[in-house]
Amino acid sequence: MTTAPITRKNFFKRPEKPYVHPYLGGMILGIVLFLAFFLTGNGLGSSGATSRIDALIVDAVSPSHVDNNPYLLKMAGGDKNPLDDWIVPVFFGALLGGFASGWFNGRLKFMTTKGPHISDRTRWLMAFLGGVLFLYGARMARGCTSGQALSGGATLSAGSWVIMFAIFGGAYGMAYFVRKLWN
Amino acid sequence: MNFPLPEFIVVSAANPWTYVLFGVIGFAFGFTLEMSGFGDSRKLAAQFYFTELTVLKVMFTAIVTAMVLLFGAVGLGILNFSQVWVNPTYLWSGILGGLIMGVGFIVGGFCPTTSLASASTGKIDGMLFMLGGFVGAFLFGETERYFTNWYNNAGYYGRVTLDQVFNLPIGVVVLLVVLMALFMFWGAEQLERIIGKKDLSHEPKLRIAGAGTLFVLALAIVFIGSPSLEEKYDKLTFTRTETIPQLNADPIVNTQTYSADEMLANRLVFIAPAEAFKAKYNQAMNPVYLDVRSEADYNLYHIEDAVNVPVNHLGEIVPVLLSEPPANTVFILMSNDEIAAVQAWKTLVASGVSNVYILEGGVNNWIAFFGADDKALQPAPNPAPDQLAYIFPAALGNRYDSCDPNPIEYEDLEFEAKIQLQLKRDKSGGGCG
Repeated sequence: MTTAPITRKNFFKRPEKPYVHPYLGGMILGIVLFLAFFLTGNGLGSSGATSRIDALIVDAVSPSHVDNNPYLLKMAGGDKNPLDDWIVPVFFGALLGGFASGWFNGRLKFMTTKGPHISDRTRWLMAFLGGVLFLYGARMARGCTSGQALSGGATLSAGSWVIMFAIFGGAYGMAYFVRKLWN
Repeated sequence: MNFPLPEFIVVSAANPWTYVLFGVIGFAFGFTLEMSGFGDSRKLAAQFYFTELTVLKVMFTAIVTAMVLLFGAVGLGILNFSQVWVNPTYLWSGILGGLIMGVGFIVGGFCPTTSLASASTGKIDGMLFMLGGFVGAFLFGETERYFTNWYNNAGYYGRVTLDQVFNLPIGVVVLLVVLMALFMFWGAEQLERIIGKKDLSHEPKLRIAGAGTLFVLALAIVFIGSPSLEEKYDKLTFTRTETIPQLNADPIVNTQTYSADEMLANRLVFIAPAEAFKAKYNQAMNPVYLDVRSEADYNLYHIEDAVNVPVNHLGEIVPVLLSEPPANTVFILMSNDEIAAVQAWKTLVASGVSNVYILEGGVNNWIAFFGADDKALQPAPNPAPDQLAYIFPAALGNRYDSCDPNPIEYEDLEFEAKIQLQLKRDKSGGGCG
């Protein structure tokens, strides 16, 4: 068998592989989640990092604004470094891990994933809006699908189970009204 | 070996390996999400039109796998559950936040972490979701002040797990969750077959074996159970450091490890009234005075700021003690003598509460120290053990002078300092903090 020389082109154009079976993916994710709890006492998460990066930016642009905002003061201000939290390396690790899997499985590609009947622009606008809403809700609930539903679900936190059902409830309740986006 | 490893509980620059470990955990997280197909919004949105239930399958398989392993490790005594972060319950902000997240999910097609997997593989919609996320989190920070009281208090229950809600052994809850998940997987496959028109005959048979394994492991957890308070108490260890100053040399620092019973026998957790009083004016700590006597005794006389929790109701406040306080909180227990306070100390430390101390000699000793001059308080003849040793003219509660000694009058007090702050993980920064 001959191996093709590694060029820029075939580094990024690896053959595309199918996704793993959902139960297998879930099992691996569960083991990762367990190991996180087992070694560090913390689960998985990411929305907290978004907030902390925001706090870093606000602190750099206008430190006095941080001093007048009790919510931001919990993360920044004084000698606090907003990035000094376990969730920040998890966030950047997840970006890198997603990229690595995308590369390994040949899925690195600039594209827009959307329903068949909407334009790219509509999809971009909706993705942005969805991001605004999701993170607003995630901060209100003190965690997102990872920090609450996954991590809190596995530790049997009562509040996390309620949040998990609320997320599914909100999405199923809204699904009918935005069906044109996806079908 | 006891997990989680104390070195990894707090991320800090003093231990750069913590960044590496959390980075590796995040890497595995992102890798798994992408490889399960969560970089594609269509796959995620399909969940809500019942055509493809990958989200539910991946999520619930992950939850039950982690849960079974976690409570298995807890049951075998190798993982200390009180050191595991359990999201505290804030019912109403959780429900409203959850509903908003759901709307964001179906409109935007991602959740925060899946948008990372999507953006990092070049999906433009994933990048825009991430960008929107920064705006949303920023907006929350700007608007939180308008409902901060509701956000922090509405439906707050502290660290509560489902076994406490349903009053069932934890193993039974684990088993029920596994059964519920398996039923949901079966239902999800039926929906995919009927609505998604998917052919199930090519699904791997191995998934039946996986379901069986989960069920057997969950059954095993029911039989192992979780360690009782007594078992946890027997396994507790406390480290105490003692500094001996040396002439012309660095002081010698001795570190000793004690069991819980040795801590009591050596009286290392009993603090003099003077130290209990001075703690209030010490910037380094945040003392909480827990008065574990009956309400009647509490009404007769109690020290300023003491909270009355009769010893048989102590279990009910453990969830709040475990999740609410800042790391420098010191709990100071008191009864009339020491008997009930010692019992309360055993309950709290076995439940995983740290920095718990006992007022030496109890309220009686406090009165003897601070209230000796108070003519209104007369010693009672022959007091019974752990009963008030004084006669009170009226139930004045905390309105005697000695309940709140004057800090200027008692500025110089000599005592042997017993409190050694154990700064555990800053719980306010735990979870998705």
